[in-house]
Amino acid sequence: MLIQLTDVRKVFNQGKANEFCAIQGITTHFEANQVSCLKGASGSGKTTLMSLIGCLSRPTSGRIQLGDRVISGLPERFLTEVRRHTFGFIFQRFNLIPGLSVLENIMLPAYPQGLPYKNLKARADRLLDQFALANKSDNMVEWLSGGESQRVAICRALINEPQILIADEPTANLDSQLSAEFMGLIDELRKAGKSVLISSHDPAVFESNVIDRLVELHDGCVVSEDV
Amino acid sequence: MISFLRKHKYLIDYTLSTLVRNKGKSFALLTVYTLIIFMLASVMLFTHALRKEAVSMLENSPEIIVQRLQAGRNALVPEEYLQKIGKLRGVTQKSGRLWGYYYDPAVKANYTVMTAGQASLPITEIIIGAGIARTRGLSLGDYLTLRSQSGEAYSFKVSKLLDRKSELVTTDLLLMSPLAFRRLFDIPEGFYSDLVLSVRNPREVRKVAEKLVLLLPDSRPILREEILRTYDSVFSWRQGVIFVLLMGSILAFVIFAWDKASGLSAEERREIGILKAVGWETSDVMRMKFWEGAIISLVAFLLGYLAAYAHVFFASAGLFESVLKGWAVLYPRFQLTPIVDGLQLATLFFFTVLPYILATIIPVWRTSITDPDAVMR
Repeated sequence: MLIQLTDVRKVFNQGKANEFCAIQGITTHFEANQVSCLKGASGSGKTTLMSLIGCLSRPTSGRIQLGDRVISGLPERFLTEVRRHTFGFIFQRFNLIPGLSVLENIMLPAYPQGLPYKNLKARADRLLDQFALANKSDNMVEWLSGGESQRVAICRALINEPQILIADEPTANLDSQLSAEFMGLIDELRKAGKSVLISSHDPAVFESNVIDRLVELHDGCVVSEDV
Repeated sequence: MISFLRKHKYLIDYTLSTLVRNKGKSFALLTVYTLIIFMLASVMLFTHALRKEAVSMLENSPEIIVQRLQAGRNALVPEEYLQKIGKLRGVTQKSGRLWGYYYDPAVKANYTVMTAGQASLPITEIIIGAGIARTRGLSLGDYLTLRSQSGEAYSFKVSKLLDRKSELVTTDLLLMSPLAFRRLFDIPEGFYSDLVLSVRNPREVRKVAEKLVLLLPDSRPILREEILRTYDSVFSWRQGVIFVLLMGSILAFVIFAWDKASGLSAEERREIGILKAVGWETSDVMRMKFWEGAIISLVAFLLGYLAAYAHVFFASAGLFESVLKGWAVLYPRFQLTPIVDGLQLATLFFFTVLPYILATIIPVWRTSITDPDAVMR
């Protein structure tokens, strides 16, 4: 088992008048080398749960285990370490940094590792070739189309060679053709040995035959789990 | 170690690209910052150079000047005081000086009039400083007419112009023969404006001054070190006046910098969140922001300081000279000797660069210790 969640809760603004429980004691798991999908309407807690799994935030209570290691109680420094080496993120709005080129955006997560530039560039070039972006390498990211931006986001997520790829509503800003292309890319990544966790309320994603496991959320609770 | 350096190189590269991305904002900040450093450094460099100039000018002046007071006012000193002082141990040289001020209504300026020391000047000739020559449009061989105490007019031929190198102290100086001086100011023979003494051992100067007061109770000895102290206070006071005048702009800069540094925009917060999410540590983000603050403040400091150096030592501090030089009408024109004081440089650095870097780092630290998810939302 790759990721195990046990009675995980996340409460925002705890103790305040506007306290809100986004995740209400979820217990579930995700297997290695699979494409798993969190399905649910807006506000069901998909993004919050993805953030907790990806160490972008910490649960209020409960336990998150990555392999044999409990990561829910780790201090910030170690969480960053886990984030950097284990997860690659594709955000809904891509979150590329404007004003930087495609190549610079892709290499950004690897800067703190201090690798020789030659190695870093070679790694980025491989990804650019793989995702058909080689000719866009020097372009500023704000000039790219939606599909291209998403491929840059995927390259950036893969530059540190993570074990798990987390994609939050990856097709929200894409048309149906690009969404199908995206699922094709995810399939290739699974074949390359990656585990992928996708959150989506787009049928093009959760009905895709690329998905191995489907977890449905409603109001912060798991309502169904399909394999 | 190499990896650490390489990591810093990447962070600096990223910082530079951030500055270029926000070039409008960066340029505005750099300009204001540079201007502030330029103004502060100009005042500091100028007053420091003036102090040094004054010290070097006074190096060869006598250790003690003796004045005589009568009813609390300066009075002429009788010649027999020189004989009495001659009995004091430690005094090696003593002489009387004739000097005073002459108000020239034609140019509404005061001249400092002195006798020509060892150089023997004919009674009808004078030597003048560069400021007088400029103001009155005089050159060698021209005549200058001065009206005496009793109303008589005396014409003097300009026989020499004083060296421009000493313009700081000689710009308004007019030298004439003792006889001409006595006639012009109606000072009888056997009296001097004051006396000057040289003391063999510099450590005994204060002791000699104490003995002098006992010997001549109506005298007032003025020590060279006291004159230096006075110059120092005057320049410090003038420097303070300038700083007060600049306070408004300094305050505006502080507010501007604080606003820029402390109030991270939504975009900046989101960028920090993204960097954290893709694997940057809090320390990486802080290092990057440290470099951003350091690059802006160091470049501004360097540019401002170099501009101030050029302004003070090559352009005679045109912006501040009227306040800092302080001559009533005859402003001296002179090139100051370039001097950079390490302590002064460090003080300026400490009060401008460090606060800015800190003001940049603190809000970034606050943002970067927050969960990336919360920052990006």
